[in-house]
Amino acid sequence: MLLLAPPLLAFGFVYLASLVALFISSFWTVNPFTTEIERIWNIDNYRTIWESGAYRSIALRTIGIAAAVTLTDAVLAFPLGYFMARIASGRSRTFLFVAVLLPLWSSYLIRVYIWRLILNEDGVLNWTLGKVGLPHIHIAYTNWAVWIVFSYVWLPFMILPVFGALERVPHSLIEASRDLGAGGFQTFRRVVLPLALPGVIAGSIFTFSLTLGDYVTPLLAGGHPGTQFIGNVVYSSVGISNNVPFAAAFASIPLVVMAVYLLIARRLGAFEAM
Amino acid sequence: MIRIKRAHVLLAALAAALCVPAAGISAGNGLPTTIGKGEGQLNLVAWEGYTQPQWVKPFTKATGCKVNAKYAGSSDEMVTLMRSGGGSQYDMVSASGDASLRLIYGKDVQPVNVNLIPDWKNFIPALKSPPHNTIGGQHYGVSLQWGPNTLLYNTTKVKPAPASWGAIYSAKYKGKITVPDNPIQIADAALYLSKHSPSLGIKDPYELNQKQFDAAVNLLKKQKPLIKKYWALASDEIDLFKNGDAVIGATWPYQTNTLIADKVPVKDLIPSEGATGWADTWMLSAKAKHPNCSYMWLKWISTPKVQAQQAIYFGETPANPKACPIMNKLSPGSAAQYHCGASAAYFRSIKFWKTPVADCGNGQKNCMDYTQWQQAWTQLKG
Repeated sequence: MLLLAPPLLAFGFVYLASLVALFISSFWTVNPFTTEIERIWNIDNYRTIWESGAYRSIALRTIGIAAAVTLTDAVLAFPLGYFMARIASGRSRTFLFVAVLLPLWSSYLIRVYIWRLILNEDGVLNWTLGKVGLPHIHIAYTNWAVWIVFSYVWLPFMILPVFGALERVPHSLIEASRDLGAGGFQTFRRVVLPLALPGVIAGSIFTFSLTLGDYVTPLLAGGHPGTQFIGNVVYSSVGISNNVPFAAAFASIPLVVMAVYLLIARRLGAFEAM
Repeated sequence: MIRIKRAHVLLAALAAALCVPAAGISAGNGLPTTIGKGEGQLNLVAWEGYTQPQWVKPFTKATGCKVNAKYAGSSDEMVTLMRSGGGSQYDMVSASGDASLRLIYGKDVQPVNVNLIPDWKNFIPALKSPPHNTIGGQHYGVSLQWGPNTLLYNTTKVKPAPASWGAIYSAKYKGKITVPDNPIQIADAALYLSKHSPSLGIKDPYELNQKQFDAAVNLLKKQKPLIKKYWALASDEIDLFKNGDAVIGATWPYQTNTLIADKVPVKDLIPSEGATGWADTWMLSAKAKHPNCSYMWLKWISTPKVQAQQAIYFGETPANPKACPIMNKLSPGSAAQYHCGASAAYFRSIKFWKTPVADCGNGQKNCMDYTQWQQAWTQLKG
């Protein structure tokens, strides 16, 4: 109990209190000239977000790309996780583990900048396409680039819980399924997949929330018109125009989205798989 | 009772004594009259390229003040940084004209005694007490450098060479154009419109009524599908030109110099419409923890040699014309290239950044203020 007190206090005061402060300040406003915060109660910030098509599409883009990244990572992680958990021998499993985790040892920024070098006009990708006689593609700084970079940097966070869930599927259940006459595909679909699904959902909590809250990748790998994320608007509202109340109002959107997502994830049993 | 009161008075007197700036004996107007001993540290908010080892190392050697610099990507970021941590985190900021008034009216900076800066007397007249850093005879900082925002292009890919800002609004270089990710970019569109749509009656690109503002934003909306990337950092734009992602765009001379040094075939110019520009001021935070080192820095950065070094490194014009001959010594022809000691007429031809406010200066208060500029910019980028 005594050991639990410090983290609980930190959680209560630092985290929950700051969320409350965030919510309260979203109903304030700023002086347009000096950009000082004025404590006048109003809902103008929420009205601006609701009425402006641009802010709505930024919010929808953020949620959409977060969902696309989650789906991409799930599709990529499942076969790899399956191979690592059920097929690979001890040695190759260790090797794969290192391979999955190794990128996490380098800075996140380095990995984003490397993707910039790959995707830009004279980059590795176009150089390779040119060598094999294909036309250049122009995806640098677009939402495609943002999607690719996000899918890459968050992939390990999907692989690990998927691997964990697949490893916990008892071999006896698979044998029982076979004994009862199910084929390989049917066993996979009706036994392995349902048992591994909480792992996928657990991984998706990471990939979805990490993408939802990020602003560095859209800033560095994006930058083309129409590539801002909620985080970028929050960043420029605080860091550029010092409009903390508006930033607080916009930051409430991912909060609500994540709350709904976590409720669904809990119903699907993801918390038992973490 | 009386004793308690005395204690209160004593406490108040003590507090008042502590509030006197550490930079020497206070004069009648509260400004320091001498520069005291250095505090050993100096925390600066600066533009990228403003605190190069070339002139920072000798400063530290001479004064013992260790310089910690934080680069800011935009004027807005500078204002925010100066307010962060209650305003005492940074001692000084190299604010441009679109930030300086906000800092003064926000009480984030304090007046300085220019008599402690010997080189201030040598500055060009227009920068001794310019309206962006001097209010009612009070100097809120010391002018530093100034220059235009130029049009940058790749000489092998862009032919013929552009002569008008129209090049960044035309579909000819679609997908190869880059402009700063900065609300003040609306003024560049307004400057272009002031020459090409005279019926709008734009006189000052920073004082726009609703109709003029909408026209400028519309021009930028038309430009949007042509943009490769809105650059946020100077190094972003350098990358774009190096890797062939952009061939033309709006820039500061700093990027041009860096790209030329890296042997990228680029050139920049001031197009026929003229240009927006910046005039920077080193300002002292109202809660500076190291005021003596700050005054030493003001003195140091105003000397002809340092002014010349910075002017050549960044590609801008020194406030101190005594730097011109030194510029030529460091890099022949550079004084003329950067209009060192320029005429008042040239200075006036550049529309220097200033904070857009509702009060247009014509007695009417129907201009678009900066919050509206910023929101229009965020929505424009999408």
